[in-house]
Formats: sequence, C-alpha cells, structure tokens
Amino acid sequence: MVSEKSHRGNRQEPVQEEPKTHLLSMTVRRGPRSLPPIPSTSRTGFAEFSMRGRMREKLQAARSKAESALLQEIPTPRPRRLRSPSKKELETEFGTEPGKEVERTQQEVDSQSYSRVKFRDSARKIKPKPQVPPGFPSAEEAYNFFTFNFDPEPEGSEEKPKARHRAGTNQEEEEGEEEPPAQGGGKEMDEEELLNGDDAEDFLLGLDHMADDFVSVRPADYESIHDRLQMEREMLFIPSRQTVPTYKKLPENVQPRFLEDEGLYTGVRPEVARTNQNIMENRLLMQDPERRWFGDDGRILALPNPIKPFPSRPPVLTQEQSSKAELETLYKKAVKYVHSSQHVIRSGDPPGNFQLDIDISGLIFTHHPCFSREHVLAAKLAQLYDQYLARHQRNKAKFLTDKLQALRNAVQTGLYPEKPHQSLDTIQKTINEYKSEIRQTRKFRDAEQEKDRTLLKTIIKVWKEMKSLREFQRFTNTPLKLVLRKEKADQKADEEAYEAEIQAEISELLEEHTEEYAQKMEEYRTSLHQWKAWRKAQRAKKKKRKQAAEEHPDDEIAEPYPEEDLVKPSPPEPTDRAVIEQEVRKRAAQSRRRPWEPTLVPELSLAGSVTPNDQCPRAEVSRREDVKKRSVYLKVLFNNKEVSRTVSRPLGADFRVHFGQIFNLQIVNWPESLTLQVYETIGHSSPTLLAEVFLPIPETTVVTGRAPTEEVEFSSNQHVTLDHEGVGSGVPFSFEADGSNQLTLMTSGKVSHSVAWAIGENGIPLIPPLSQQNIGFWSALKKADAISSIGTSGLTDMKKLAKWAAESKLDPNDPNNAPLMQLISVATSGESYVPDFFRLEQLQQEFNFVSDQELNRSKRFRLLHLRSQEVPEFRNYKQVPVYDREIMEKVFQDYEKRLRDRNVIETKEHIDTHRAIVAKYLQQVRESVINRFLIAKQYFLLADMIVEEEVPNISILGLSLFKLAEQKRPLRPRRKGRKKVTAQNLSDGDIKLLVNIVRAYDIPVRKPAVSKFQQPSRSSRMFSEKHAASPSTYSPTHNTDYPLGQVLVRPFVEVSFQRTVCHTTTAEGPNPSWNEELELPFRAPNGDYSTASLQSVKDVVFINIFDEVLHDVLEDDRERGSGIHTRIERHWLGCVKIPFSTIYFQARIDGTFKIDIPPVLLGYSKERNMILERGFDSVGSLSEGSYITLFITIEPQLVPGESIREKFESQEDEKLLQATEKFQAECALKFPNRQCLTTVIDISGTTVFITRYLKPLNPPQELLNVYPNNLQATAELVARYVSLIPFLPDTVSFGGICDLWSTSDQFLDLLAGDEEEHAVLLCNYFLSLGKKAWLLMGNAIPEGPTAYVLTWEHGRYLIWNPCSGHSYGQFDIFCPLKNVGCLIGPDNIWFNIQRYDSPPRINFDVTRPKLWKSFFSRSLPYPGLSSVQPEELIYQRSDKAAAAELQDRIEKILKEKIMDWRPRHLTRWNRYCTSTLRHFLPLLEKSQGEDVEDDHRAELLKQLGDYRFSGFPLHMPYSEVKPLIDAVYGTGVHNIDVPNVEFALAVYIHPYPKNVLSVWIYVASLIRNR
Amino acid sequence: MATASPSVFLLMVNGQVESAQFPEYDDLYCKYCFVYGQDWDPTAGLEEGISQITSKSQDVRQALVWNFPIDVTFKSTNPYGWPQIVLSVYGPDVFGNDVVRGYGAVHVPFSPGRHKRTIPMFVPESTSKLQKFTSWFMGRRPEYTDPKVVAQGEGREVTRVRSQGFVTLLFNVVTKDMRKLGYDTGPSDTQGWSGPNPPQRFPQ
Repeated sequence: MVSEKSHRGNRQEPVQEEPKTHLLSMTVRRGPRSLPPIPSTSRTGFAEFSMRGRMREKLQAARSKAESALLQEIPTPRPRRLRSPSKKELETEFGTEPGKEVERTQQEVDSQSYSRVKFRDSARKIKPKPQVPPGFPSAEEAYNFFTFNFDPEPEGSEEKPKARHRAGTNQEEEEGEEEPPAQGGGKEMDEEELLNGDDAEDFLLGLDHMADDFVSVRPADYESIHDRLQMEREMLFIPSRQTVPTYKKLPENVQPRFLEDEGLYTGVRPEVARTNQNIMENRLLMQDPERRWFGDDGRILALPNPIKPFPSRPPVLTQEQSSKAELETLYKKAVKYVHSSQHVIRSGDPPGNFQLDIDISGLIFTHHPCFSREHVLAAKLAQLYDQYLARHQRNKAKFLTDKLQALRNAVQTGLYPEKPHQSLDTIQKTINEYKSEIRQTRKFRDAEQEKDRTLLKTIIKVWKEMKSLREFQRFTNTPLKLVLRKEKADQKADEEAYEAEIQAEISELLEEHTEEYAQKMEEYRTSLHQWKAWRKAQRAKKKKRKQAAEEHPDDEIAEPYPEEDLVKPSPPEPTDRAVIEQEVRKRAAQSRRRPWEPTLVPELSLAGSVTPNDQCPRAEVSRREDVKKRSVYLKVLFNNKEVSRTVSRPLGADFRVHFGQIFNLQIVNWPESLTLQVYETIGHSSPTLLAEVFLPIPETTVVTGRAPTEEVEFSSNQHVTLDHEGVGSGVPFSFEADGSNQLTLMTSGKVSHSVAWAIGENGIPLIPPLSQQNIGFWSALKKADAISSIGTSGLTDMKKLAKWAAESKLDPNDPNNAPLMQLISVATSGESYVPDFFRLEQLQQEFNFVSDQELNRSKRFRLLHLRSQEVPEFRNYKQVPVYDREIMEKVFQDYEKRLRDRNVIETKEHIDTHRAIVAKYLQQVRESVINRFLIAKQYFLLADMIVEEEVPNISILGLSLFKLAEQKRPLRPRRKGRKKVTAQNLSDGDIKLLVNIVRAYDIPVRKPAVSKFQQPSRSSRMFSEKHAASPSTYSPTHNTDYPLGQVLVRPFVEVSFQRTVCHTTTAEGPNPSWNEELELPFRAPNGDYSTASLQSVKDVVFINIFDEVLHDVLEDDRERGSGIHTRIERHWLGCVKIPFSTIYFQARIDGTFKIDIPPVLLGYSKERNMILERGFDSVGSLSEGSYITLFITIEPQLVPGESIREKFESQEDEKLLQATEKFQAECALKFPNRQCLTTVIDISGTTVFITRYLKPLNPPQELLNVYPNNLQATAELVARYVSLIPFLPDTVSFGGICDLWSTSDQFLDLLAGDEEEHAVLLCNYFLSLGKKAWLLMGNAIPEGPTAYVLTWEHGRYLIWNPCSGHSYGQFDIFCPLKNVGCLIGPDNIWFNIQRYDSPPRINFDVTRPKLWKSFFSRSLPYPGLSSVQPEELIYQRSDKAAAAELQDRIEKILKEKIMDWRPRHLTRWNRYCTSTLRHFLPLLEKSQGEDVEDDHRAELLKQLGDYRFSGFPLHMPYSEVKPLIDAVYGTGVHNIDVPNVEFALAVYIHPYPKNVLSVWIYVASLIRNR
Repeated sequence: MATASPSVFLLMVNGQVESAQFPEYDDLYCKYCFVYGQDWDPTAGLEEGISQITSKSQDVRQALVWNFPIDVTFKSTNPYGWPQIVLSVYGPDVFGNDVVRGYGAVHVPFSPGRHKRTIPMFVPESTSKLQKFTSWFMGRRPEYTDPKVVAQGEGREVTRVRSQGFVTLLFNVVTKDMRKLGYDTGPSDTQGWSGPNPPQRFPQ
C-alpha cells in the first residue's frame, strides 16, 4: 500500500497535466476572441463527457492490468511533461513569453469556473451513487480518483479545513502571478470575470440545498488560558540555569573520566560563563537525550580556545588613497622571479641531486593490542634481559672494583715509598687525594653492585611469574626461555676475598673516623679556648661596670649585655670499631653476593616450544587468528609529504615485522623533517594510523655504509579492546586472579632504521651545500632545530633541553610541543647524537664581526661606550667624531688619569694628606652608594610622566567655591606659586638667580679717625652675658664722639655667585634700605642640567656688605671750587654665605640673616644707642651683630630631585618599624608641616632607628683641659670644635640620592657632614659633659629642615646651632631656628603637638604628654636599643708640623691668587705688617675672636702709625683651598687700585685633635698717609 | 671642506603635517618638535612649530587639514639617536578649554625620497574614573610632563594611554654623505633616479 501511494503521488502530476492542457487549448483560443460564455458551458460539458470516457477506460485498464502495468503507463505522459519549454509553447500556440503568462492567468480563471462545473458534476454524481453499473469504479474509488487527480481546489466539506488551507496557498500563488500580466489581458480578464460571475450565481442557486451538507455551523474557537498554558508547556521549554548533575550527562553507570588527570593533553577550553554553559547543557539534554554532546568528563565537548592571548593591531589604512588609488593603473616593471624559499636549490648553487638513503629494516612491537598476558611478560623479560646484557657488557662494578684495588695499592706504596724523591708534604697530599677518591669509588661500586643485584632479582621474578602464568593457562605463546647458569667459584678463595674486602673497608672507615675525630677535637679545643677567654673578659667587664656605676650613680646600669652567652663546648665522642664493622657487614650483605652463593648468569633463549593451535583454548585461538589477519606497513614522509611506503607485511606471531627496504630519496629541498607513519591493516578494512615516528636528519658526516642502525621508539594512544585473549591497548588488565595490580599498556614499538647521505659515483657525499642551509635559518627556525640549521648542529645540550622540558612541565601531549618532545626523545634515546662537550654561547663566534681587541682599540667605540656608561667626563659629549683619527688622544687623558689615580693619594690639590685620603674615601663611598641605587633611580612614578589634576576633596572644592566670591584685586595679594620646571630641557642662560636685598640692621659704623678706644664690639656674645644680661655695660656716652651730621656709614651690597658680581646702589646709615633685585645667571657644571647634576652644585652665593668711602684726593685746595676729585674706596664689612644647594632645595629663601662680621673690623664700631633710644626691650637690644633681610630664589623654579622612594632593608625589629610608621602617619596627619623623624638611613643604606645615634661620647681631652672648672666655657669650646668640622650637604656628596646619617666616628673620619651629623656629635658631647641635651629637628633659615641641639641650662633652654657653634636663648628673636618639629633623646622621641611651633612660643617640657607626643610610652616601652655609635671616640693628636706646613702653602697660594686678580697693577707686600699680623692671629684663635680689638688696634697703631689700614681677619673651618680663595676674593681687598697700595696677608692654622683645622686669614691693605 | 672624506653626514627633512583624522574632535592645532640623539645637531630650519587651527572639512572625509610645513636639516656623526618627530595635537573641549587630543611620534624615514607616514595618536588615561570625570569637567586632562617622552621608552611603563586618531605626515628626505661614511640606507641612495623611469608612487 505504501508503495502504491507513492506511485499514485507520482502519477498524480502527469495525469493532472493532461486535462489542463486540453482545457487550456480551448480556453485560450476562446480568450482572445472574447467568445460569449454560453459556448463555454457547453464545451465544459463536452469536456466533462470526454473526460469521463477516458476515465472509465483508464479505470478499466487498471482493473484488468496489474499494478505494474499502471507503472508502465507513467512513462508515456512523463516525456511530455519534461519537454523543453519551446515545445510546450508550440503546443499552447503562443510564441512569446508574455503571452504564456497571460495564458496562465486565464487558465486559472478557467480552472475556477471549471471547479464549479465539477461541483455540479459531483453533486450530480452523488445522486446516482447507489446504482453503480458493473465495470464502473465504485463510488469511493471514483471519489478518490477525483480528489486525487483534480484537486487543486477545495472540494468536500469533510476536508474543509485542509482544503481551505490549500486553497489559501493556491490563492497566494495566484496573486503572485496575477500581477505581471499585460494590460490587454487584464481587461479581458475583467470582462470574463463578470461573465463568470453570472455563471457562478446560477450554479450557486442550483447548489443551494447542497451547501448544508457541506457547511457545519460551530461556535468560534476559543482556548482557555489554562489550556493555552498547558499547550505552551507542552510546546515550549525554558532551560534551567541549574547545574546539571554529572550522572545525567553520562551514560548509565559510568564514572566521569578526566583525561587531564590521566596525563592526556586537553586543550584550553574557551571561557564561557557557567550559567550559559548550564543553559546549554539543559537544552541539549532536553532535545537530545543521547548525550553525545558530552565528553567523558561530563562536560560539553569543546574545541580548544582559538583566541590568541595577545592582541594584534590591524594595519593602519590610509584612507585618502582608498578609492582613487585602487582604480589607478600602476606600472610595474617585470621582475624575474627569484625563489624566495630556501628549500629549493637556487640557480647559484650547483644543480643538486642529493640523496638521502633511508633503510628501514624492521619493526618490533613492544606492546600490541593482540599481546596475550604472556606476551606482556615476555616483552618485559626481554627488556630486562637487554638491560642486563648492556650492564654486563660494561661491567662497571668490576671496573670500579679494579680501580679501588689499584687505588689501595697506590696508597700502600705511597705510604711506604721505596724512593722518597718527593717531599713528604706532596706525598701526604697525594695520599689524601687518593683516599678521598677511594671513598668515592667505593660508594660508586656499592651502588653499582646493588643495581646489578636488583636487576638480577627482577629478571628472576619476572621469569617466575611467566612460568606460573604458563602453568595456569596451560599453554605457551612465546618461545622465550630463561636459563640460570650457576658458576661455582672456589669457595674458600671467595670467602677470603670477601673477608679481605670487608676488612679493608673497615680499616679505611676507621681511618676516616679517626681523622674526623681529630678534626673535631681540634675544633673543640679552640672553641673551649675561646669560651674561657670570653668568660674571663666577661668577669672583668662586670667588675668594670660596677666601678663605673659607682662613679656615675645616675647613669643607667640596666643595660643588657649585647653579646649572647657562649655555650660551653662539649668534646666529641670517639668512634667504635665494632659499630663500624657491623655497619660494613650489613651493607655488604645487602649489596654483594655472599661468598657461599654461586654466581648466577641468566641466559635467555628462544628454545621453548609454542603450544600448537589445536591444544589451545578457544579465546587463544581466536587471538592467534586475529594476529594473522593483521599486517603493517610504513609510510615515509619527507618534509611532511609522502614520498614512499613499504610493502605491507603480515604481523608475525612474535610481533616482529621485517621490511628490509632501502629508500633512496632524491631530494632538492633541505630536509626539515623526516617522518615514518606506521599503519596497521586488519583483514580487508582500511589501514589505520598507529603512530608517527620522527627520524632525525643525519649529520653531514653520516654517509651510507657508516650509518649505524638505530631504533626509534614510537607509541600510539589508541584504545583497543578485544574480545579474545589479547589484552588490548589502553585498557587496564591484571595478572592477578582478583583483578588487583592493574596495568595499562599502550601500543608501542620500535622501528629499526638507518638514515644516511648517499655517496655519489666519484665518492662525494650527496649532501646539500651548507650555504643552502644557512639561508634557511629563519624559516626553518620554527620547524626544525634553529641551531642545526645555522650550521653548528649537534652542539646543543639535549640533556639540558630535556631537563628544562621536564622542569618547565611542558605538556608532552600538547600537539604544539610535539616537535620539541620528539627532538628530545630522539636525542636522549640515541646516545650517539649527544656530543660529550657543551659549548657556551656557541653562536657568539658567528655573530662577532670584529674581534674584541679590535673593538677596544677603536677610539670611537670607546668614546661611545664610555658615554653610554655615563662616565662623568663623557656624559654630555656631543657629536662623537666619525673617524678614529679625528678623536684626540687628549680626550681620554683626564679620564685615564683619574682611573690611575683612584688609589694613589695625591696631595697637590688637597695639600693636607688626611683630607686627600678622606676625599678619596668619600668618593668611593659615593660611587658605591650611587651604584647601589642606580636601578632605583630609574624607577618612575606616574607623576613623573604625566601631569594630572588632583581629585579635589571637599575642602578644596569649598575653597574654590569660596574663591569665586573673592575680590578680583585684593588689597593684600597672596603670593602665587610659580610653575615648576623640570630640569631636563634647560640650557645655559635659562636659569637665573634672583637676589632681592631688602634692608639691613645695625651695620657697623665708621669711627672717627681720631682713635679713642671704645667699648669693644662683639660679633658673638659671651656665654656669661646670656644669663647676666646687662645692657648697662653700653654707656651711651661714647656716642658723643660722633660729629653730628656726619654720615656714619655708606653701605652697599655686592652679591657674587659663580664669579659673577652684582651690586646695589649705596645707601646711607647703619640701617639702610635698598629694596633692590639683583639678577645673576646660573651655569650648571658641564652644561648638564639634570637633577643629579644640579644637586651636586657646590657653589655658594656670597652676599658681601661694603662701606663705600669717598676720599677727597684733591691735591690743591684752589681747585676745590671747580672740580671734584674723589677716590672711592670700599671697605668690607661682612658677608652672608648661602650655598646654592640650599636655594635649590628650598626654592626660595626669605628672611633676616645675621651678617658674618669679622671679629676685628678696624675703624668700625657698632652703634647701639639708637636701639636703646627707640625703646626696644633688653632682649631685643641684646642681639648683637648686624642683620640683613634677603629674598633669594631661582627663576624659573626648578623641581628639586626627590630622594629615593625605595624602602631600605633594616636590622630593626619589625614591630618597631611598624610602630615608627604608625607614629609618623599620626604625626603627619596632625601637623603635616612639622618634621618628624623616627628612622634614618645610615651610610651603608640600611634603616636605623634614630635614637641609636645618641649616646654620650667623650670630647677631646685637650678641650676639656682648657677650662677644667668652667663647664659653660667648655661647652662653648666643644661647640666651636664641632662647628670647625666642615659642612658638606649630603645632597652634594651623595648626588641627591638620600639623606644619609653617618655615625660620629664616621663623621670625624670623613671630616664632612651636614647639619644632622654636626648636631648628633654636639649632642653626644653635651650628654657626655653631663648636660641634658636633645636633638632638635625643625626648620631654620636659611637651611630649611635642619637639626639643632637643645640643652637645659640652669633653668633655661638653650638652642645651639651646631654648624656655627652659636647658642641662642629660647626667647632670642634672632634665633635662626623658626619652628620645632620634634625632639630626640637617647631613649625617646617627642613630637611637638602644641599649637605653635616657634621656639619662643612653646614649652620644652617633654614630660607633659599634652604638649609632646612621645614615641615610647607605657603602651610601647623603650626596648633598650643598643647604640650604633662607638664605645668611645679616639682622637689622634694633631700634627703641628703638618699644620705649619699647610699654613705656609696656603699663604703662598693666596698671595699668588691676589696677584693674579690684579693683573694690571703692581702688588706690593708689606712684610713688616704681615709679620705683625701673623703674630696677632694666634691670639685671635685663643680668644675665639673676642675681646681683642682694642689691644690689637693699639698695637697696630703703634707699629703702623703712618699707614691708613683696612683689613680684617677671616675665620673658617678648613676643608679645601677653594673656599678660602673664594672667601678672600669675596672681600674684595684686591680691588683697591690706589697706586701706592701695599698688601699684607697672614695665615694661621690652629690644629685641633682629629685633624680639625681652624684657619685664620688676615688680609689687609695699607696706604701710606702722607 | 674636503668632500673626499666628510666628517659628518647631513639629513635634510622637509615636508608637511598634512592632515589628521580625529573623528570626534574639531578645531585642532598641532605642535611638532624633533627628538634626536647626542650626536645630532640641527644646522638649519626649525626644530619646533605650532600650526594654525583647522576645522573639519565639510565633506565625507571629515579630514582636518593643516598642510603645515616642516623644514629642518641635521648634521650628525652617528645614526644612533636618529631624529624622531613628536607631534602633539590640541583643541578645545566641550567647555572651550584647550585640552590635548593626541600624542604621537615617528622616526624620520631613513631612506631618501618621498614618504608618507600615518601616525596613530594617543593620550594618557586618567588614573581613575573619578579623575576622569573631574578632568573632563574641569578641562584639565592628564598630559605628559614633556611631549618628548613619547619618543623614549623610559618611564612609559607607568602610563596607560587611549588611542585617539591619526595624523598623516609627508616627508621629503635628502641625505648627504651617508654612503661615504658607510651607512647604506637603501637602494635608491646609490642608484638614484636614472633614466625616464615612471614616477614612482609613495613607497609607503
């Protein structure tokens, strides 16, 4: 029935065609002529009639004939249908396509009308239904026939919905086709429709009663919402987001299997969100419950992630050229195509026909799915036996035993030499060497012997297993047979040898032990000795301490011992012979053959017989059958192309396949890879690829005939399960009955082959030339070994590579790593490929284009090299010349000299040897520190690179809002911050130093020429004055001396910096006001404006105050009316020195500074009554000296270099460090501007807690002896001593890297340091003098953040400036210290939490916790930190002779300099005056420049009565000559150009202990009074 | 000057900053400067320049055309530190503040001839979302302390940038004596333009 239906379906179409064509021809003929409708009906009737007749005929034929006849009938109409359109057109009598379309529309219209006809017809038919004549088709058949054949239209009411639907589709088609017809046709159609409409009405009327039969009336369809939901639930599915349990995704009763855990490679899965994955899983499970979307591990199968981990930028497209450029034609010259690939021989190379011979001799499976259990064991046994043979052949144990014997003999003969021609010492040495070698060898031998023994044991064990298996299964599969041959030796001799060996070993061991014992004993003795000494010292110390405690009862005694107690050492124990013997025997029994045991020699033979098939069980027989069906062949792939294949050979019962085929590969390409593919065929099925074997490409030296046959192992990862005795592959199986001890073996095997280059006819090996290989370097890089392709193959260390691969955990199963793993496995298995040597940097030679010597000889290269190393001499070297000859040798001279002199101390520049050493040392420390932090300096912060606005916080926002309401031009404008400039793109002349000189106070005034001794002026107060202030000492009486109206002084200020001099206009009076701005250019050293270079500028700004004196030089009084002849003289009054580095770091310096006025200023005195008259209080008037108000800045403002942001390592306790951080954070939060120091960096770059620097240290005894009873005077002296140590900022010495704190002894050794070193030393001295002293961290002018010392003296606090040695009372308004951050004592730190921080306004009582926040408190007690300072300072006595020598030299240098500065004038030296001055200077030193002026002046007057004298002593600490010269230059004494001027210059150096030198220079100019 | 053995070679660059593609911005001007090594010295021409402000063209391309000339000559002894041109583009933002619109750098082409270069431009990113907002709001976008850092590698690791647009530059490069000093910068240096070769299109 099914087939019939289908036939009918087929038939339906052709048959349907027939009447249509009939109809068509008729209607079409009618259509154009627009015939009346009546004939149409009659024609329809006729058509109906004729149709019936034919139908009847057909049905009859169908009845009479079989189904097949019906089938045969089909072909007849079919060709008609398949005719070409042209024929069809012919038939329809239309020549053109449009016509046909018209025809179609008409045909449809007709078919409509026709269907109505049919309706009537069928209605008619229903009536005569019961009386069906015989031979006629039954009603049902007819009906079926009708419906099937003529049914493009709706028909019966029964089929109503279906038919309607179909009609709908038909109508759609009609509508689609109705549109295109020609207009003419359309008109006709309208007419026709009208006509047809009439017809239809008639018909419908006729059919009226019948409509009821077909149409049924029903209520409108309505589905309730519940039904709908129900239906939807059936139809729709919302996948859940829940995780699908694994068991649902896997077949029943299967555990998930994780391939990755089994060591197989699984690629990286692409990232998919977990929920999405769950949805997908649920969906898949719902749609397709077969689970084939899921892998073994229960997850959706996924390909590895194809996305690269790194992005690539698409190429930049030039849009402009796009449209036009593409259309433009381009001329391109024809280029001869040169093969770019290296794999093809170039035309330049000799036409190569190179040959590679591949000999494939055979294939052995070490495991195969068809292996029976016995085979598995046999393979194992064979493998072990191979191993045994290999070991036996090498016989390392025997070799080592012999070696041991030989060594022992050597020791024997060495101990008792017959001819002692060598010294005893060397003999002993060699014997020791021998002994150590014996030890080594014995160890090796024991290991070897043990290995031998275990191997033998394993062989026997496997053989036993095999035997039991054969017994168990009652048949044998393999011919393997192991025979153990016993070799009986002479038992007695054997035993003796055994015993002798043991004895020898024991004695050796004993010897070793005794040696060791002796050594230990020696150690013990020394340590005991040490311990004893230590105890003694300890006792002595204790005693001393007790004494010390008695002397200073207030000192803290409870200082813990810094050293730990030494433990008393215990003597070592001697060794026992019996113990050793026992050990040796035990070891021998384990690893050696016992003397009574026979030697066992295993022999493996294939002599056994295999059980024939008929005696085997069925499973085994089927296994053997299976094996027979299998055959194997190999494909040879060259550069991944198949070049040949071996014949297919059946697999033998022993799983060996012999090929014995040699393939001669004629090649043109350089071989990149050589692969063998193992294929297996089972029966007649298609071959399967078992495995790929990669063969190494032979060395160029390997030629045919010489190549050894090698075996390459392969393995396959296929899983095979067999239904017979074969164990399969990749399937676990077990030898045990209970299934324990499971084994999983994969198919594996060995291919024995040899690959070699063939030899041509003339004996030349047919190897591609090397050049060809070289070209292939880059392209071959990825695929093949890069090193081999460059021509130095085989030089890599494959073992190291393998080790690396193992260490880096390369996934061996990852296909990406396959070539590498293959390379490693090939190289490590075939040992002949690994050379015994390893060459470091094997490619270096290839890449060198010039030898090192030649490179070094090149001056240009050297220059470039030095420049890139940033050697200071060459750092900014511009335009390195192109040729060596253009580079002067002179360029390197300085540098080489410096290198040479690094260790040579030269005294020329430094004059004083000690300073020279110190300078060198400082240089070295500096270099090491710089090198240490070089990397840290390279470290950039975002702020260094990018300027970004800070995120405004609420307060700033509020302020800025407030600013909106601010006046545009406030009455008191605030200073606005300038833009800072980073010092990288600056050049000479860009930077200017701006010095604004505002005013000065208390300038010394001239004294009348009439000398009347007055109250002396003091530049620095006596200490006694400070507590016994008596302004009454100054009587205003002496001021009456001044002639009224005479100008007291006409001062002006001269600023000199870097030898540029600027000066202000001249003002008048002792309190002048200039208000002038001076601009001085700044030049960086070597034109290097980098931050590091600017930080190390050592230049100083000298601000000198001069008095301009006008001398009337008119010779003749008569001319006075007509001309003015005056000579201007300038008299130096004093100076202020400000180092450039201070300006650089402070950005601006603003304040009133004390003028450094020489102790003796001849002809000038201080005027004081003015102050008194103005009604200043006594404190104000007490301030001595003169002051100047300055404002200094740099234009543009430079960004000072920042110190290292690196955290330094520390020896401190971690808890302490955390506490310091917390403390600092808290302090910074409260008072961000106050300096708070807890930890500092010492000179070796480690972080140290600050209190460790403070400890009482003894000042030089010499100073203590001066005023033995006056503590205050001693304190002043000590302060002076400290201030004499030269000042050198850390930023200068350490290139701005950081602020390093050196300890006091380092400071005294270096003789240079900045404020904190001075302050620490001074504080320590004060502590040792028994004062209460603290280190005071704060801000001062001009230094900025600095360190001072605070002391408590008789109910008042004194603030000491350690760098100048001056002290100030707390309420001294001229104290340079402006605010106080924190105080540091030897055991605590106090941070200032008072409202104010200027010294006069704060309370220094640190015991009040409301005013001072202490670091160590009750919650964190002082842990008793040991000091970093030394126990005591040791002072060398100063060398008077050296000082005297230095004094002479400085004097000479200065004199020469003064003469140099006066190139146009004659410089005369007044010897008499000089000697007077020289005599006078020591007095000044003794009195520290006080209270001497009047005596001095008297003496000078006495001696130089007829000279007008101007001069002054300068006092400085000594560091170098240059500052002295600068100071003398700054005074401008040499500027006098009066013709008869004479000069006097005297130098005095007073040496203090530790080579601290105080330098006095007296410069004077003399003009003879006439 | 002995022509036989010159001691320096010369590199003459002229050309122009042609145009830019900044899809979102308008009314931009650009600033250029050269960064070169220690062995280089400009002998003639201008090392720096600021262009006029240009508006977008009203056609489909929306190009910002400057056609701002560059003309500079360097002398050098060492190709190390070969000059790079650093471009920085600025323009007003929504509030009319002048902000940076892009930085970019490219080496002056090595071989003589006519070269067209299109440089991708970028600006440093703000360090946080809040910063981004405030910088947008206040019209103070993050900028490099010195535009020349884009020609160097040092310290760049701390910055994050966002790409902005492209600037097209045209260079005409002439070198002198490079070959005599042993620096071969391409085939055209020796062969020159011999014969009636058809005019070559831009190599780039």
